[in-house]
Amino acid sequence: MSTLNSLSVSGAVEGIIRQAETSLSNDVIEALKNARDQESEGRARAQLDAILENIRIADTRTIPMCQDTGILVFFVEIGRDACIDFDMEEAIRKGVRQATKSVPLRPNAVEPLTRQNSGDNTGDGLPDINYSFVDSKTITITVAPKGAGSENMSAIRMLKPSQVDSVKQFVVETVFRAGGMPCPPIIVGVGIGGSFDKAARLAKHSLLRDLNDMDDFELEILEAINSLGIGPMGLGGRTTALAVHVEKAHCHTASLPVAVNIQCWANRHASVTLEAGHD
Amino acid sequence: MTEYHLTTPLNLNDIVELQAGDIVYISGTLYTARDEAHLRILEWTAESRTLPFDLEGAAVYHCGPLMKRESNGWRVVAAGPTTSARMTEMTPGLLDNYNVRAIIGKGGMKDIAPVLKDRCVYLAYTGGCAALTVDMIKSVKGVHWPDLGMPEAVWVLEVEEFGPLIVGVDAKGNDLFAEVMERAGKVFELSTNHDI
Repeated sequence: MSTLNSLSVSGAVEGIIRQAETSLSNDVIEALKNARDQESEGRARAQLDAILENIRIADTRTIPMCQDTGILVFFVEIGRDACIDFDMEEAIRKGVRQATKSVPLRPNAVEPLTRQNSGDNTGDGLPDINYSFVDSKTITITVAPKGAGSENMSAIRMLKPSQVDSVKQFVVETVFRAGGMPCPPIIVGVGIGGSFDKAARLAKHSLLRDLNDMDDFELEILEAINSLGIGPMGLGGRTTALAVHVEKAHCHTASLPVAVNIQCWANRHASVTLEAGHD
Repeated sequence: MTEYHLTTPLNLNDIVELQAGDIVYISGTLYTARDEAHLRILEWTAESRTLPFDLEGAAVYHCGPLMKRESNGWRVVAAGPTTSARMTEMTPGLLDNYNVRAIIGKGGMKDIAPVLKDRCVYLAYTGGCAALTVDMIKSVKGVHWPDLGMPEAVWVLEVEEFGPLIVGVDAKGNDLFAEVMERAGKVFELSTNHDI
């Protein structure tokens, strides 16, 4: 028997969804404050002031910071010594249904062609759950609600192996094409290598990282993006992106997949770690 | 930059005076409409059917609100703007058939200035600021086409001093978003020449 059960997983999932939807982590809030202080234009400052006030109200009243509560993406890290003797996937889906009512969340899940709304944020393949194994006897569940405004501006390109030097250009081009549409200042997740789908997955996962954690390559792309001057909400300004995060994987010698996953300023995610030993 | 306080139904004379960059606050009624509502409006118009709401002098809000049903009706939980660009192709049809005088949204719409000229303005609200709007929405007067689902239905919102909204595109042909993108395009072109 596991010390963990379906009911407590559903409850924990409901809890992290509420946390993610109503509050942002400090690295994001600090980055937004720094951006506000660096803007000299009144219009750009006003956008960032509104965002910061919105974050404060959402947190104080425990209401979603954006009406687009997103589709729910989960990353589940399963300890090698953890015991799961119940339907983990159904427990997470149940947590999503509970959160849809209690937070509440906007029902966003629709059948792709009929556009029929399921009403509870679940459906075929939703929520999106990714599993990986880690060395522990715990289970860590991370939720990242993803809004459509920024997701729609994401792009993937299968570059040629001879185009390594064009990776940066493709990232900047994607941000340029997005303009003010994805609610800048954005966070830019980049997946390089892997395969067509793996690159996109890497890009999404990179959005979970602390915003301050950037290497020279990432900072170089960030600088190029911010030189565009698109600014907060596309109304002009110094800060178009708060961070660029790159994740890489080895790929086929004939391939160079590059995926760019755009994230709006509401870089929402929250985690919980649950003990899951043997009883 | 001037600040205006307007009340719906909006008067054409008030609208054409606005200048890109001006600040506007709206009181009165907002009709939410996004992808599916636009499609249905155009479909019903093509079939010469009368809409269940009156768009004369209206302010249309690109928004799919998060609502909660309570014992005394619907309550707004969060209601920020959605990406207006998805409605770009449907906007000429909307404006050719109805005297919508203001469109509220985020991110702007490509090449929209000629479409709006002399008849409508585009007002930008800060994207994602959904919690900030709640206190400005005084009541939910009704909902049309609920079969489209919560985000896509047409919600009739009674608002007071809804703003600050920035005139992103005025009725004189000025477009703040286009100006920013034109400058960004030049920077992007320069960097392209350097890198490749």
